[in-house]
Amino acid sequence: MDASLPAHMRPDRSFQGLLLALQRYWADYGCVILQPYDMEVGAGTFHPGTTLRALGPRPWNAAYVQPSRRPKDGRYGENPNRLQHYYQFQVILKPSPPNLQELYLKSLAAIGIDSAIHDIRFVEDDWESPTLGAWGLGWECWCDGMEVSQFTYFQQVAGVECAPVAGELTYGLERLACYLQGVDRIMDLNFNGREGAEKVTYKEVFFQAEQEYSRHNFEHADTAMLFEQFKMAEAACKKYLDAGWKDEKREAHLMALPAYDQCIKASHVFNLLDARGVISVTERQSYIFRVRELAKACGEAWVHTEAGGAA
Amino acid sequence: MPDLLLELFSEEIPARMQAKAADDLRRLVTEKLVAEGLVYEGAKAFATPRRLALTVHGIPARQPDLKTERRGPKVGAPDAAVQGFLKATGLKSLDEAKIQRDPKGDFYIGLIEKPGRAAIDVLAEILPVIIRTFPWPKSMRWGARSAKPGSLSWVRPLHAITATFGLETEEPDVVKFEVDGIEAGQTTYGHRFLAPSSISVRRFEDYEAKLLDAKVVLDPERRKDAILTDAKQLAFAQGFELVEDQALLDEVSGLVEWPVVLMGSFEQEFLKTPDEVIRATIRNNQKCFVVRDPKTGRLTNKFVLTANIEATDGGKVIVSGNERVIRARLSDAKFFYETDLKTRLEDRLPKFEQIVFHEKLGTQAKRIKRIERLAAWIAEFIEPQLKIGARFYEGNSAQYANDVEQAARLAKADLLTEVVGEFPEVQGLMGKYYALAQGERASVAAACEEHYKPQGPADRVPTDPVSVAVALADKIDTVVGFWGHDEKPTGSKDPFALRRAALGIIRILVSNDIKLPLLKSIDVAWLGYALNEAGVIGEAEHFSNDLLAFFADRLKVQLREQGARHDLVDAVFALGGQDDLLMIVRRVEALGKFLESDDGKNLLAGTKRASNILSIEEKKDKRTFDGAPDASLYSLAEEKALAAAIEQVKAEAGAAVAREDFAAAMSAMAKLRPPVDAFFDKVRVNDDDAKVRENRLKLLNEIRSATRAVADFSKIQD
Repeated sequence: MDASLPAHMRPDRSFQGLLLALQRYWADYGCVILQPYDMEVGAGTFHPGTTLRALGPRPWNAAYVQPSRRPKDGRYGENPNRLQHYYQFQVILKPSPPNLQELYLKSLAAIGIDSAIHDIRFVEDDWESPTLGAWGLGWECWCDGMEVSQFTYFQQVAGVECAPVAGELTYGLERLACYLQGVDRIMDLNFNGREGAEKVTYKEVFFQAEQEYSRHNFEHADTAMLFEQFKMAEAACKKYLDAGWKDEKREAHLMALPAYDQCIKASHVFNLLDARGVISVTERQSYIFRVRELAKACGEAWVHTEAGGAA
Repeated sequence: MPDLLLELFSEEIPARMQAKAADDLRRLVTEKLVAEGLVYEGAKAFATPRRLALTVHGIPARQPDLKTERRGPKVGAPDAAVQGFLKATGLKSLDEAKIQRDPKGDFYIGLIEKPGRAAIDVLAEILPVIIRTFPWPKSMRWGARSAKPGSLSWVRPLHAITATFGLETEEPDVVKFEVDGIEAGQTTYGHRFLAPSSISVRRFEDYEAKLLDAKVVLDPERRKDAILTDAKQLAFAQGFELVEDQALLDEVSGLVEWPVVLMGSFEQEFLKTPDEVIRATIRNNQKCFVVRDPKTGRLTNKFVLTANIEATDGGKVIVSGNERVIRARLSDAKFFYETDLKTRLEDRLPKFEQIVFHEKLGTQAKRIKRIERLAAWIAEFIEPQLKIGARFYEGNSAQYANDVEQAARLAKADLLTEVVGEFPEVQGLMGKYYALAQGERASVAAACEEHYKPQGPADRVPTDPVSVAVALADKIDTVVGFWGHDEKPTGSKDPFALRRAALGIIRILVSNDIKLPLLKSIDVAWLGYALNEAGVIGEAEHFSNDLLAFFADRLKVQLREQGARHDLVDAVFALGGQDDLLMIVRRVEALGKFLESDDGKNLLAGTKRASNILSIEEKKDKRTFDGAPDASLYSLAEEKALAAAIEQVKAEAGAAVAREDFAAAMSAMAKLRPPVDAFFDKVRVNDDDAKVRENRLKLLNEIRSATRAVADFSKIQD
């Protein structure tokens, strides 16, 4: 950890300090520091900066914070460690550098996790996203028995083989911050690192939102509208994908990103419907399949674009 | 002779794959060595989270020279044949060939000598192939090279290869090869955190010692021993004992290179949650051991963790970190448990209507209905037979029927609880806890757990009469349902564990001394499916005999494993109409004992002799010799004696079988032996008088039919 940091910026005292320390560390490494994607997503992986950029031969190193929405995980702000909205810090490095594990361990050191007194472990975890048509091998990274990150070597994304393979790191920021700050409830986190009257807690920032969104996600979200939105997003995605081919040869695609937005949209709408409990077990599989088909079609289009292609 | 040291150093290998990978490495390398003519003295492989290592000692320095002879053309053969022979053997001229004489003439023989290669060159050829084709259950690509097709796949990124070969007394050589840009050398690395620098190694002995200095215990068995000893010691020091757990020990030892065992604790109040839930939480999620108080047999508020480092603070931070996580986990588990207790099991049932058990077999709700119905039928059928457990229900059939109905209804309900959702391995057990908590009778609660039993050959068989009825119904419903819908096990594939279910049924019936006609049970179970589908399913006849044969097979496997003769099962089944597993087993047991006696052996021999003669004569005459012999045609005393004995034995054995006293049936059978022996001794079957001959053959047929009172002797192997 950088000893010159003022107290309110230290990752073990400030939630935003943690986030900034990680950004700084990966910026120093040479990553593009992106901002969160401006749509609702279930995880940092959905950001096109990961999903699409992981495909194709071009090198790509990026890091960003992504607010992630899991409508089903809402607990009206009452559960100490479950939220329907939380932050992930996401790093994607393509091709995966040979010293990725060392880079990761140094990032932990940068936020104050000293490997001389903490027990850091790489525990098998095969990652799979059925909605994204993606899988990879890697680990859950444990610090003193707590999972603090996911570490994955992408093998396939959006149905396309990764060539070269990208390494993905995902830090669960709230959980990590709880550990660093020594608090048991996310809501008790010190957000801005100040003390006394200047201190802002996580609760002050997000408690009301958790309550309101839980109400929305579980009780009031308009399911008729959502079913309609799912269909519309699905149709739009297909339409844009069709329209995006430069010509009949279907060798170059010009609209993969807008199409992919619709895939993200469909995925989030599905998550909301799922939280509302209006999707049966069998239907659930078919919805996941439909989103995956969109994701795969977007991946296919992306590798025919300039950023995703060999050209 | 020289030794090989091979190490494959990678990023963390999943714990569950390590032991098999080490074994595969040893097997693949040594098999290949032997195939190359390099017979070694010994080999041993090891695994840690970051490395697979192999030592093979006593490999010959060179392959033996190979000499082969090749037969060529005849002396004086046309030139084309001679040239072809010279080309194939590499000989310069026929002067280098031998001439060999055999009955067909003189032939040229070419001697081809293939000099053996140096073992190190052979290794340099075979090792990269083994690495490239290593059988990981799941492997991956990584890094810049993964852009190209055909790049190396390994379980996780492979970083270094150490491969040395040489004599103990000399500086060994590096086996020179490279795999996807990784050059084999003699550099490895120590513990990731405690001693990360590179280490130069020569041969296995200094490799293992240097690793130990660098805080890596290479041998998984040593790591296990260390963890177990320390964990027991820590528990003992507090007056407690470790709850040993081999599978957990195996896993934990695969997560560390330098095990350091530490003890932590959690709040007493969590002990209100059932022990099994605490253990599942701590074990599955945190990979820690739990500790019990030997005085009470219950868990204490301690746990044992295995760290991978010697922390500079003595492990204080590690323990407190683990305690925090375990506290959070236990608090979730406690919350799940308490939430579960708020809903009665029966109130969960409607949800089963939306849960599909199996595409062809319908919803869980329908399945439960079927099990209820079948359990009620079984209970009614077996109640008069119940011995030990039945005293609870003596004279109270209604209570027994009620309990079975209630147990069958509730037995699956815990599948919908939070705790079972989180920890599937406590299914059934939680059902018992929740049933007791809501005031169900003890037998009903027990059946919630025990109806899943026996799970495997080593598992306990339920004895409580309620559990017995529900366990049988559950298993019969499953086997019949899948069989009737043509979802049968094939070869090694048995996705619905039907073999296990069938074996469970057999064990429950036999060890509880319960008679249950299987064909009837199959019909009743299948009718349950027909009722589900409003009669769209036909009779069970089209598969019930096939299913019965499946049970016979399972029974054979079971008896064989107990050391009994499986041909006796065939001998009993061949009688036909045998569908009562208990009776079959009893009959097989009695038959087995009988055949061990001299009477049994000789009677078997006599019966077989009679059968053999009959089948020859039947073939000759193209007819059978059924029907009663004519007493007036008996001319010899032995004939008369045999006929009388058969009459008597048939009656006695028949009566004994009817009262299910198979031992008595066998004793009766034994009386046949002297007259049969005497008959063969003194009587010529193929008499010149055709009438006498026919009559004697009919008498032989009578021997065969008399023995069929107990078994078809022709199916018994000698």
